[in-house]
Parts: sequence; C-alpha cells; structure tokens
Amino acid sequence: MTRRRILGRLKTPIQQRLVSLAGYTVLILTAAIFIFLLLQSWPFFRENADLKFFTGDRWLPVSFPPTFQIRGFLVSSAYIAGMAILLGCPLGIVSAITMSEILPKSAGLVARSIFEFTAGIPSVVFGFLGLRLVAPFVARTFNLPTGLTGFTAGLVLSVMILPTLVSLAEEALNAVPREYAEASYALGATRWQTIWRVIVPAGKSGILAAVLLATGRAIGETMTVLMVAGGRLNTPGSIFDPMRTVTALIAAEVNNAARYSPQYHALFAAGLVLFTITFAINALAAKVIVKRVRGEKK
Amino acid sequence: MARGRKEKEEMVENTRIDLQKVSIYYGNLHVIKNVSFAVPDRQITAIIGPSGSGKSTLLRSLNRMNDHIPGARVEGKAMLGELNIYDSGVDVVSLRRRVGMVFQRPNPFPKSIYDNVAYGPRLQGRIGKPQLDELVERSLRQAALWDEVKDRLHASGFDLSGGQQQRLCIARSLAVGPEVLLMDEPASALDPAATAKIEELMLQLKEDLTVVVVTHNMQQAARVSDRTAFLLGGELVEFDDTKTLFTAPADKRTDDYISGRIG
Repeated sequence: MTRRRILGRLKTPIQQRLVSLAGYTVLILTAAIFIFLLLQSWPFFRENADLKFFTGDRWLPVSFPPTFQIRGFLVSSAYIAGMAILLGCPLGIVSAITMSEILPKSAGLVARSIFEFTAGIPSVVFGFLGLRLVAPFVARTFNLPTGLTGFTAGLVLSVMILPTLVSLAEEALNAVPREYAEASYALGATRWQTIWRVIVPAGKSGILAAVLLATGRAIGETMTVLMVAGGRLNTPGSIFDPMRTVTALIAAEVNNAARYSPQYHALFAAGLVLFTITFAINALAAKVIVKRVRGEKK
Repeated sequence: MARGRKEKEEMVENTRIDLQKVSIYYGNLHVIKNVSFAVPDRQITAIIGPSGSGKSTLLRSLNRMNDHIPGARVEGKAMLGELNIYDSGVDVVSLRRRVGMVFQRPNPFPKSIYDNVAYGPRLQGRIGKPQLDELVERSLRQAALWDEVKDRLHASGFDLSGGQQQRLCIARSLAVGPEVLLMDEPASALDPAATAKIEELMLQLKEDLTVVVVTHNMQQAARVSDRTAFLLGGELVEFDDTKTLFTAPADKRTDDYISGRIG
C-alpha cells in the first residue's frame, strides 16, 4: 500500500495535511534526537578515534586518565536480549496462535486482556519481582553466589516482551485471509495442518516483524536489567555472571557524570551506539511490515 | 410404462449424492427446509435461486464445511453412496478428500503454483517426488492450466490472472482425487472469457466426476448443467432436467424466477 493510497482514504485535505504533519513531526524529532546524540558524543569520538571503544573491556570513568570501553556492556545487552528472545518467542508465538486460531472468541478476548494488562505493569515492578522472587530462585537452583545475573534478567525480560510479541503476532495471524483456512479444510486438512502449513507461513513476515520489535524492546529495557542483572562492568564469561547492559550503564552513571566531562561524552557515545542498534532493528521490522502489506495487496 | 420404470431404476443406481429431507439450522434460524433430491453421477447439477435462498449453505453441507460455523445443525440424511455424510462416525477429513470444493473468489495459497497443487497430496503423508510431480502435472492438465504454467511452476500462484487462479484452485482440488466437486459460484468473480473457460472445463470434468455448482447466473446453469435445483427461501421449489426446468417449469415460482420476475 502506498502512502498516497493511505492518505487518499482520508476525507478532506485538512485531514490529509494533519496526518502528513504528524508523520513529519515524528521524522523530524527522530532526526533531532540523532543529531543531539551525535553532537554530545562528538568530543568523545574526536579524542578516541579508534575501535577500542567497541572492542576494549575497560570502563574506568574516574581513573586518571579515564578509559571508556564498552565491549562488556554490548555483550551483556546481547546476552540478555538474546535470552529473552530465545525464551519469549516460542512462548509468545504459541500464545498468539492459540489465541488467534484455537481458543473460542470469548476466551481469546480474556487471554488478550491479560497480556494487555501485563503491558501496563511498570518495569520497576518487574524489577522488584525479579529482585525478590526470581533472583533467589535462580541462585538456589543453579547454586550461584548471587542471583543477580544475566540469566535472571533474561528470564524477567522474556515475560516483559510477551505483550508486544503476542499482540503483534496475533494481529499478523488475524490478518491472514479466512479463505486460506477454508481452502485448506476443504482439501481435507486437519486444524493443525491448516495452522502449521497455511496460516503460520502466510503470517510469517508479520511474526518476524513482531520478533524484531520485541528484540528492540528487550535491548532498550533499562530499569529491570539495572535492578536484577547485577553490575559487573567487564565482559561476562557466561550467562550466569552478573552483567550490566548499555542501557543500565547509562542509567547508573549519567547522574554522577559531571557535565561535559569525558565520562559525560562517553555515556552519550554509548547512547548513540544503542540508538543506532535499536533504530536498525526497528527499521528492519518496518521493512518487513511494508513488504507484507504490499504482498497482500497483490 | 415399463420403459419409464427402467429409466428410473437406472437413475437411482447412478445417484452419487442423495439428499433426504435435509434441514439446516443456524441457531434458531431454519435456513434449509426439508430438501430432497438426487445428484446424478458424472453429471453437472446446478443449484439456482435468489440471494439468501440457502444455495451456498446447502452446497457447503455436502462436505461439511458448515461444521466450522458455530450453531450450525443439520437434520435428515445426505447420502454419499453408502455413507451418510452426517453420521456421527464420519471422518470429516476423508469425506473432504472425496468431496472437493472450489470457492467463489479464487483463493490460492500464498505459495508457488506447484506447492498449491501439491498441498492436498502432501497432507496425506510422505509422497515421492516423481509421483508428486506426475500428480501435479496430471491435475494441472485436468484443470486445463498445464500449458499456461508448465514453464513457471515455481512462480507464485498470485502471479496468475483471476481465471487462471480459479483453475489453479480447481487443479488443487483435483489433486486430492475427489469423486464430487462442489463449486460455489466459481465464475462470479471472473470476466466473460475466463467464465467461458471455466464452463468448458466443467463439461470436461464431468467425464470423470460429479459436479454440483451453485450459480446465480441462470444462463450458466442452462448452458452447463444436466439437472437444476431451484431453491427459494430455503425450500426446494423444483428439481428437474435442466432443459425441462428452463423451458417448461412445473411451478409458477420457478417460471417467475427464470423469466426475471422475482429474484
């Protein structure tokens, strides 16, 4: 579906203009954020024009001279988001399939409102639950000195991304034309065959978009990981080590960093990296969605 | 007199589907009322009637597609050979392999032409590539589509024109090897040229299988079908040889409908 066709559906030129205006505002804001991050991190990159920032493992903000290297935080972010996706996706996709294809309408509605309710829980509450319930459980189960590990954060995050994942995946499945299922049943397919061979493949690009957006959400989540992941500053050896993600790093240190100090600019540099990663993931998701809409219009 | 009885006996022997006092309800709504007629083997039977007369409902009851509608209920007997379609022990999956269906709007899967046709056979378990290739070719030939697609079997089914898509859907049904093909207004979304192709194809198909077609296009019913059932408000008004029904209808309502006074 082209932009013109979407706009063409709106009745009056004023409505069209308002929608265009809203669209451009978002675009301009995003660009402004990017430029701001670029400007604020520029002093750091000017002095550290090498890849050590990404590959080094030393984050010593108050030493003299200070060192700012973020490999540990990047790896931690990848570990925790990766685990959240690995655990959350199968659960989320199966839930979406169950709600969209198996449960009767009324039960589907109940399940949906439960997920939507989960979406409304503040992340600090998840962090608190993680701290009090999940961390001790993890420590006991795996016999660890502390329950505040990447594993714990991944576990809590896998639940937190479910609302995004389930509602988007369900929407993708609901958008699969009813005619496909009918054709499949008429050919002697069972319900399971119809779901696995027709409906899920037809909705797969939408499901992929849901997974990508959930990944973006997992990488961007801050409060929960700050509370339950522990706080080790260098590269973790395993998922059961304490970790600090890029988001948690920024949240933990930004208030202590003197304005325009090297630490301040280094944190902005980390923020720029984070922004670029999540932006790339969301852009990929948007591309998948656009492709899906175009494909269906055929 | 004697000859008449013989003809009648022959007709009974060659019945493929026998509807006996079939009534269909959606909840409290009585949609099909006590309908009885016999669909002859290897012929085309048309079901005509105005919108809302229950044509599609009746058609979809023959392969139990109405099972998917909550609150739908069927009374009476619908015999497919020796099998009562609505017996509690009937395996719906194997019933639908015997009674295929083509829908009003072409609905190929978002898969390749080949995979569309291979879908039904693959449901039934592992099948060797050579056999599957052969089955796909045979089905596409039977649906008069092979020559148009043989060089691009792995292109998407959506790349075909509307008429080709509908023939692809017919090929997809044929690949399962049905003895009856139900067609629910199969040409209503197509242009006249594509419609003519579908009608021609129906006439070829009846060499091998029984066709039941719902249509609101009376010319189409008159052109292709051997028998015609006229439904009005869920009741069977008249069922006869197509020629008789269209030239000398027994019921005044049939006459009114075919001459355009109602509907």
